[in-house]
Amino acid sequence: MSNNWEMVIGLEVHAQLKTSSKLFSSSPNQFGSEPNENVNFIDSGMPGMLPVMNFGCIEMAIKTGYALNFRINKHSVFERKNYFYPDLPQGYQISQFEFPILSEGYINIESGDNKKKIRIERAHLEQDAGKSIHDIDPKYSFIDLNRVGTPLLEIVSYPDLSSADEVINYISSLRQLLMYIDVCDGNMQEGSLRADVNLSVRKKGQELGTRCEIKNLNSFKFIKQAIEYEFQRQINIIDGGGEIEQNTMLFDTSTGETRAMRSKEFSHDYRYFPDPDLLPVNLSQEQIDKIKPLVGELPQDKLNKYLDNYSLDKDIAKIIIAEKQNANLFEKMISESTVKPKFIAAWLVGDIFAFIKENNIEVNSLNDKTKDITDLLRLISDDVISNKAGKEILPKVLNGEGKPSEIVQELGLEQVSDSGELEKIIDEALVGEEENILKFQGGSDRVLGYFVGKCLKATKGKGNPKLINKILLERLKK
Amino acid sequence: MKNSISQIKKTLIEKKISVGELYDEYLAKAKSGNNNSFNLVIDRENNISSINDSQNRYDNGNPLPLDGIPLGIKDLFCTKGIKTTASSKILSNFIPNYESFVTQQLLNDGSIFIGKNNCDEFAMGSSNETSYFGPVINPWKNKNSQKDNLVPGGSSGGSAAAVAEGSCVASMGTDTGGSIRQPASLCGIVGLKPTFGSCSRWGIVAFASSLDQAGPLTNCVEDAAYILNSINKHDFNDSTSSNHQREDYLIDINNSFEKKIKIGIPSDYLEDVSDDILNQIDNTKKALSKHGIEFVDVKFKTTEYALSTYYILAPAEASSNLARYDGIRYGVREGGESLDDIYLNSRTKGFGDEVTRRILIGAYVLSAGYYDAYYRQAQKVRRLIKNDFQRILNEVDFILTPTTPNEAFKIGDKLDPISMYKNDIYTVPTSLAGLPGISIPSGLSKNGLPLGVQFIGNYFEEKSLLQLAALAEKELSFNE
Repeated sequence: MSNNWEMVIGLEVHAQLKTSSKLFSSSPNQFGSEPNENVNFIDSGMPGMLPVMNFGCIEMAIKTGYALNFRINKHSVFERKNYFYPDLPQGYQISQFEFPILSEGYINIESGDNKKKIRIERAHLEQDAGKSIHDIDPKYSFIDLNRVGTPLLEIVSYPDLSSADEVINYISSLRQLLMYIDVCDGNMQEGSLRADVNLSVRKKGQELGTRCEIKNLNSFKFIKQAIEYEFQRQINIIDGGGEIEQNTMLFDTSTGETRAMRSKEFSHDYRYFPDPDLLPVNLSQEQIDKIKPLVGELPQDKLNKYLDNYSLDKDIAKIIIAEKQNANLFEKMISESTVKPKFIAAWLVGDIFAFIKENNIEVNSLNDKTKDITDLLRLISDDVISNKAGKEILPKVLNGEGKPSEIVQELGLEQVSDSGELEKIIDEALVGEEENILKFQGGSDRVLGYFVGKCLKATKGKGNPKLINKILLERLKK
Repeated sequence: MKNSISQIKKTLIEKKISVGELYDEYLAKAKSGNNNSFNLVIDRENNISSINDSQNRYDNGNPLPLDGIPLGIKDLFCTKGIKTTASSKILSNFIPNYESFVTQQLLNDGSIFIGKNNCDEFAMGSSNETSYFGPVINPWKNKNSQKDNLVPGGSSGGSAAAVAEGSCVASMGTDTGGSIRQPASLCGIVGLKPTFGSCSRWGIVAFASSLDQAGPLTNCVEDAAYILNSINKHDFNDSTSSNHQREDYLIDINNSFEKKIKIGIPSDYLEDVSDDILNQIDNTKKALSKHGIEFVDVKFKTTEYALSTYYILAPAEASSNLARYDGIRYGVREGGESLDDIYLNSRTKGFGDEVTRRILIGAYVLSAGYYDAYYRQAQKVRRLIKNDFQRILNEVDFILTPTTPNEAFKIGDKLDPISMYKNDIYTVPTSLAGLPGISIPSGLSKNGLPLGVQFIGNYFEEKSLLQLAALAEKELSFNE
């Protein structure tokens, strides 16, 4: 049914900026405080209070401008968006409207096996509102103003997205970039990153349809569900001979359905006008240039570096760059040791990530153990211990139970790499095996495996398999 | 002539009167006054520590610049622990927990607040008749109809009346389109509106943010300089506060000008005005000409647009600034069945007619479909008005205009808003340009009522503006 239909999606992503104080007041910008703890006279809209711009937010916007290929506007203006709500103490939200700080950016995302360029119309700074809580008491609503004035960067894409997967790739890429440049913690559960989805449907190749906006989605799962539900809802209406009304929709997470919150008819007239309490933001080229070095390496730069300089496999490299903290851990290990990057990478995405997942710990918590980890990897790559022994020791090292060399000694896991000793063991193992020796010399390679196994057993697994192999071959070829 | 700040300080230094006695003297006047110039007066016991501290500094021989001086404060300035109502029902129970920047400076300099002056509701009005606490009565009477109660002007009507009746030495007012200068003129005192950006707006209940400016209403020009010295400071918490170097406004105030001064008189301001008003300009011209000051005719190109520009921009900003008075967090809340009801009831009952009118005008000119025709157009015209002033101030040092088109009128006389708005015709253009203006008493009308003239100076040139006003004052002073 929906085969001839395609969806057209544009996104408004709200990213909460990681500043220590709010956009226009000195209250702390932090999640999880007691209700109304982070609120001062400005936030609570007391008479005569005035906003003072936090320049840190401008710097973060400029950084984002570089990372998302934006034009960084030297002139931008804060305006007032007027509407009444109890969690909006001033009666208006300070936002940028006609003159945003960033215009015309883009990012590249993956779409199937291809790259797709998603154009971004603008990004602007604005204050967040507080929270209204309606489900504590049957009679009263409660207001928590902690979030009032929290700095947001609203990133508005063009309607370049055409599937739920693309949307998720787009938001993941944005999230990754914003976390890389350290402007947003990317925590979707806490609402640090949330999206409004504008979706319309059309028959392939036809003109754009009427769109509906699904507000305030804060998980990939809900985004996907909401898009799929809304897509089908719109198709059903049109197929049933109806027309799409331009509505603002809410996604009900319990039912997985979208429903209309308000129609265009009842949409607010926000009466935007430049905030007379604030001066326009006028930036010099010098101020903008100064921020550029703070952007640092972006995921794509790292990917190229890992492939070209460290010869990593693409899949492994991608896993490492997915999050900046992974990449940081990886690069710290490389800088601290001479173990081959490729070897480190394999262990990182293998046993180390498995350990992190199993124990539910932060990647960053291993930053002070990198020396121990690379010491262990050095022992493995130098054949001092076997791969198997390495796997056994790693959790102990990560748990901080001791230095790798000490643990190796303690457990007696050091490999026997003394060729004199091994030769003796091999010679003993070959006694009485004349028949098998003849088989080998007759061309049966399988017998070699049998001999290696026998020798390893004789060393109680501590013999260096490579060395055993080498000596065996010499002996057998005689 | 009432005592000036410097004269009062002298009597305090010479111990002819104590700070407490001085306070009592003014307090008694403020309490017995039947002009309704105060919304609230502060009893001596509530100011006792300030009074004692001040007396101690006099006793120790190191008084502060305004030590012990009893001041009135327009009820638009937030005063910590003291009710601040903006003369509105909706804030009639509001006690701020903070002190406005400007009043804090006055406290730092040793002054003592005698009370909160009545004003037009949210400073919206030109006659002080829109106050929730009732109109203020001008201490002056028309000699030809003594029984009539006259308006003091507005919106700082309570401040002007209080200074004129002698119940405070000076009062802090605010001026958005003439709210200091016009009442000063109608009450026969001095009123200074500094350059926009001179005195912080932090802690002043906002009316129109791009125009609001604090300034003094005083008995004489020198007093205005005393107050300006205290309040004219950069404030980091007001983004529109200028951080230019401030001067000492008292230093040269009684000196004559070293250079030749040229004053422009806009002839277009003087078309269709009464003889009373023309006389003020003539008197001033004559008085200053004696000092070698030259007068030239100047012509504005934008005068006719100023009032309509102002009555688009100021209500637009007000409609947004007053959105916070919703009955939710503070102020008077009226009940209702739904959130919308609470908003509607609180705001309908909490705001008076003039405030409601301006909120509606403001919301209208900002609404979709009208923004370009009204708000955006008005912003453009405002720029032209600024340019117009700049052009003229490139040719002359100061501009001389009447302060008001008429003398004080009877309470209840001007019922339609437009004729009321026209009272600010000479003060509004200066406000739109952000320039400093001072009104000084220049003479009496045929009815024996005070009238004033306005001097306008260039941006942040309050020092020479005060110097000029002081010079004119010496020539023009009249006794009640």
